[in-house]
Amino acid sequence: MKAADTLLQMVRSTDAIRAFAKRIEIDAAQLKKPLRVMEVCGGHTHAILQYGLDQLLPQSVKLIHGPGCPVCVLPQHRIDAAINLAWRPNTILVTLGDMIRVPGSQGISLQQTRAAGADVRYVYSPLDCLAIAADNPDKNIIYVAIGFETTTPMTALLLEQTQSKQLNNLFFHCNHVLVPQAMERILAAGGAVDAFIAPGHVSVMAGAKQYQHLAEKYRTPVVISGFEPVDLLDAVLRIINQVNSGVAEVDNAYSRFVKTAGNHKAQQLVATYFEPHDDFLWRGIGRIPGSALKLRSTFGDRDAEVQFPESCPAPTEEKPGNCLCGLILMGLAQPTDCPLFADGCTPQNPQGSCMVSNEGACAAYYKYRRES
Amino acid sequence: MTDTIQLAHGSGGLENQQLIHDLFFTAFDNPVLAAGEDAALIEGGRLAVSTDSFTVSPLFFPGGDIGTLAVAGTLNDVAMRGARPQHITVAFIIEEGVKMNMLIRIINSMREELAVSGAQVIAGDTKVVPRGVIDQLMINTTGFGTIVSDCNTRRIAAGDHLIISGDIARHGACIFAAREEIAIKGLTSDCCTLWPAIAPLLEAGLDVHAMRDATRGGISAVFNEWAQQTGLNFNLHEDNIPVSSEVRGFAEILGIDPYILACEGVFVMAVAAQDSAAVINLLHRHGHPRAALVGAVETTQGTATVLLHSAYGTKRRLEYPSGEILPRIC
Repeated sequence: MKAADTLLQMVRSTDAIRAFAKRIEIDAAQLKKPLRVMEVCGGHTHAILQYGLDQLLPQSVKLIHGPGCPVCVLPQHRIDAAINLAWRPNTILVTLGDMIRVPGSQGISLQQTRAAGADVRYVYSPLDCLAIAADNPDKNIIYVAIGFETTTPMTALLLEQTQSKQLNNLFFHCNHVLVPQAMERILAAGGAVDAFIAPGHVSVMAGAKQYQHLAEKYRTPVVISGFEPVDLLDAVLRIINQVNSGVAEVDNAYSRFVKTAGNHKAQQLVATYFEPHDDFLWRGIGRIPGSALKLRSTFGDRDAEVQFPESCPAPTEEKPGNCLCGLILMGLAQPTDCPLFADGCTPQNPQGSCMVSNEGACAAYYKYRRES
Repeated sequence: MTDTIQLAHGSGGLENQQLIHDLFFTAFDNPVLAAGEDAALIEGGRLAVSTDSFTVSPLFFPGGDIGTLAVAGTLNDVAMRGARPQHITVAFIIEEGVKMNMLIRIINSMREELAVSGAQVIAGDTKVVPRGVIDQLMINTTGFGTIVSDCNTRRIAAGDHLIISGDIARHGACIFAAREEIAIKGLTSDCCTLWPAIAPLLEAGLDVHAMRDATRGGISAVFNEWAQQTGLNFNLHEDNIPVSSEVRGFAEILGIDPYILACEGVFVMAVAAQDSAAVINLLHRHGHPRAALVGAVETTQGTATVLLHSAYGTKRRLEYPSGEILPRIC
């Protein structure tokens, strides 16, 4: 763990942070108009608020929080499906940690479903499902897969091993979504964003190349960043310099992990087991064509939506009420703009998924910035 | 209140506190209980009493076991009130089928841990329940101690210095890693009896106002509880909070804040400013070499909050822990 200490000392160095902040202030003075930078990833949003990085930026540079929180963008009917699947007889429902907190359309979460008697478990590694399936041969194990490009390869690997071990009691409910399609929706809607800080972990898998067409088509700078204070300030500075030079390109400020082509093996695994989902509904954003992945039809015997269709309700557009999650996910509102924020909507009693998910923008503001 | 008890109701955070206040404090209301300290004072303020139940999975972990915890945890709560731990009662609830060897190992750990403070077991109880009713073993202990200097939250005042006795979150990280089967070399629980570190402070007559061992909910729960109870602001300097590289690495990997993870051998103190250097000096000499000054208490115009200050000039709230501790997705 000494190596971790050394790395953290570099990327959290007080001197480096101060130096970047100073340089940003100097270079931002050259901006011709205020700059709106969206960090797409929920992990970035949390890092920015946790380290107070927005407090170090001049007024002319505004950070806007994007849709990169997999649990936040999951519509309620898919959470309802997970809950229905958990209540099937002889079933163990397995998912990733953050997913168990979010309430479905009846206000009930997987956590509450577990307390009411269903067998719901969370794992840190999806591959833990292999042991659960092997230990419980009389039960159906349903893995509710969730996440952006970062977690999809792990689901693909789980499926590969499920096949090779012939574990016939392991099924998949797939909720894997894609970042560039969401970014394009925001750009196509127009008006909210001048530049992007692109996700770090997603880019490790998918590669810096996946943003190329966005930077070119929409003349918008895209800088890939890590999750540390120095990484994020470096990304902001590079964006300012692109704007000042009249350039709009993909730049990689996380080159210690991200390659242009990404992780080839992971991409191959994903391509083997997944195909685009034509009709995936994003919470608060709506349908985005080709923005999600589902199991290839040849693996229909593994697909919970194919095997247990009666447990999986059809997509329904949700009425947002007073909750601004949809606008927040599109970068059109900040959490503190919402009339419900901290007053009717709290992590203990969330009205929208941006408050309940660990990676949600509202949860970050509530956790780090709430006034009272 | 929710219809069913959730795991979060026992995690030492907000839901836990709400359950205690809304249900237990209301039902059993009396002035001793209402003080809301780790240990209650009875017998005209001479005797401190605290009770705690222990359920931990796995029962054995690097740095201790459920027996070590059941003794140290309860006696630490007595010591936090400024009382010398002297007596303890022990109740076992054991699942049918538990191996005798395992029970003997745990009893031996308890005996060793009792020797650290010199406290004696004065009463006990044994129940065996059918297989499957509980997971192996649960222990309840109640500790008693005589007051040396009454330390309590009401004595905390603006200007007090805040001290943490050692590097935080080791127990919580160790148990979490064991459950998730994540091997981190050198990550051991900090579980220990704290009285040997506290006795010299009280004997030296240092002006210690309040102490809390930062168990469930970690240092975040302690400081937030203090802020709520005193109506004062707690300002902490993030760089001064001791965290071991093992815990730092663990927390970074899983995306879990070390401030909300349990300690079982680290405590937080509010002391008169003029005595803080002497307190730290004594802690260093009595087995707590990483004890550090981490912040100070100040008055507030608005709502009392716990604020973390960075070395580069930003600040943020340290939130009361809430919900189940879950690793991030990616």
